[in-house]
Amino acid sequence: MIGLSDYLLLSAILFAISVAGIIINRKNVITLLMCIELMLLAVNTNFIAFSHFLQDSAGQIFVFFILTVAAAEAAIGLAIIVVLFRNRATIDVEKINQLKG
Amino acid sequence: MTSSVNFSIISAEIFLLVALCVIMIVDLFQRDKERKLTFLLTQLSLVSLFVMGAQDLGLERQVGYSEHWIKDQFSTVLKLAIYLGTFVALLYARPFIRERNLMRGEYYLLTLFSVLGMMIMVSANSLLVVYLGLELLSLSLYALVALQRDSNIASESAVKYFVMGGLASGFLLYGISLVYGMTGTIIISEIASYLSANQANLMIQFGLVFIVVGIAFKFGAAPFHMWLPDIYHGSPSSITAYISSVPKIAAFGMAFRILESSFGEADIHWTPMIMICAMLSIVLGNIVALVQTNLKRMLSYSAIAHIGYFLLGLSIGNDEAYSASMFYIIVYALMTIAGFGIIIFMSSENKDYQQISDLRGMGRFHPWYALMFTLIMVSMAGIPPFIGFWPKLEIFRLLIADGQVLAAVVAIAFSVIGLVYYLKVVKEMFFVDCEDSPKVSNSRSLKIALSINCMLLLVFGLMPDSIYQYCISAFASLN
Repeated sequence: MIGLSDYLLLSAILFAISVAGIIINRKNVITLLMCIELMLLAVNTNFIAFSHFLQDSAGQIFVFFILTVAAAEAAIGLAIIVVLFRNRATIDVEKINQLKG
Repeated sequence: MTSSVNFSIISAEIFLLVALCVIMIVDLFQRDKERKLTFLLTQLSLVSLFVMGAQDLGLERQVGYSEHWIKDQFSTVLKLAIYLGTFVALLYARPFIRERNLMRGEYYLLTLFSVLGMMIMVSANSLLVVYLGLELLSLSLYALVALQRDSNIASESAVKYFVMGGLASGFLLYGISLVYGMTGTIIISEIASYLSANQANLMIQFGLVFIVVGIAFKFGAAPFHMWLPDIYHGSPSSITAYISSVPKIAAFGMAFRILESSFGEADIHWTPMIMICAMLSIVLGNIVALVQTNLKRMLSYSAIAHIGYFLLGLSIGNDEAYSASMFYIIVYALMTIAGFGIIIFMSSENKDYQQISDLRGMGRFHPWYALMFTLIMVSMAGIPPFIGFWPKLEIFRLLIADGQVLAAVVAIAFSVIGLVYYLKVVKEMFFVDCEDSPKVSNSRSLKIALSINCMLLLVFGLMPDSIYQYCISAFASLN
């Protein structure tokens, strides 16, 4: 029997992978986009697991909304990357450094 | 009473959505390069929203849509501030975008969509609606920043904004999912009643940390501030003026709804975190702003410091302090729009104004505008009788009344340090010799808008109660 804690552990691992991916990724902006998606999917896993074990449908409905928003977010993210590529002819993370904070 | 469907409480949002669809279609059939009709309709809808909203002041608190939606004095006051800020920001934007190939219908449409997102954020009574409003706001802002398609730095800052915004939403959502799992509900008032009956267990505290990190990211409070100067610097100045000011008002609404309305009972867990963010922001913002030579960057770091003062008010955690915070954030929005208004005003057709030293000669050749800029700077620094002084005073007073004297002393000391870089701008304008007249915009509407905005800083400063009483009434009606 797979318990709630197993799902939570899985989603925590996925979340940690995605955060680590955003922080240590030095190659490609597309990877960042994938990490953001992975992060939202980790959250979805959490919601579904809770929703199942609480016998409450609110969490599943939340997941539908997150999926929709994630699709919109990916569309905008890709559009921004296309704009960047047109200007720079590269989407290398290390080369995105004209602005220094 | 919680009747399920009640159109009267979302009438403003429906109105804006309909107006948006109309403007979108009107814009489609427009041949005019100036987009005059789009602009007029946009401003008209903001004015009508303001008039409609002003009539809602003092109404009873209403909850609807299975408790997902709330309309109270708090949301009404914040919405009025949002309409006003957007109206002023669009006035400033017009001459700037005309000269930069940005005069497209999308500019106005995306701005209105972000206004809709902000309205949803401040009226939300469940974590789901907060999230949807936040995403509507952020997605429109990402697109706005990337709107200047041929600019290298604008597209770079759009990518950074997108990644950081996505990260912040992810943290917020992860926190929300843990809180949902432990409390079994996403309705804000039900979370509050759960917490008043039960202790916040470790899992809820864990979720709360993620929520606070997400909110701090959205505000740009230290130590989650690193994206903010780059994005303010990289985006076109008129968009910087907008994204640095108005969304912060909505973010305050979100922070209040999540932190106080739902986790008010567990405030010992989140107030120290907010306090640390606030102190770090004040120290870091003020010190780093000292060494900036680029005015846009200086204003970004000063924005971080302002967010710090504002969060101090949030960390005290009583109604008086929340109204002081609300006062601060509204005043901050007004001052920041004016501050970036300087940059728009100094930018000419082919040159983006950047350096503080470019202001040399303003005092000699354009004394009126030099005076206006001085008003903005001393108001930001918090010198009486200008408006920036009063919310700071309130927050420091409440901080001392709460017994946190050390924090108050540090905050006041750094406020004095902040004076240095604000006065540096004034010094460049009046006391550095310069032979040539600096170039300024010759748009009459911009000149009038800037003058009115700066005079407002003085007029409101002479009667601070005019805004403050609404902020107090917003929290008085909550209980």
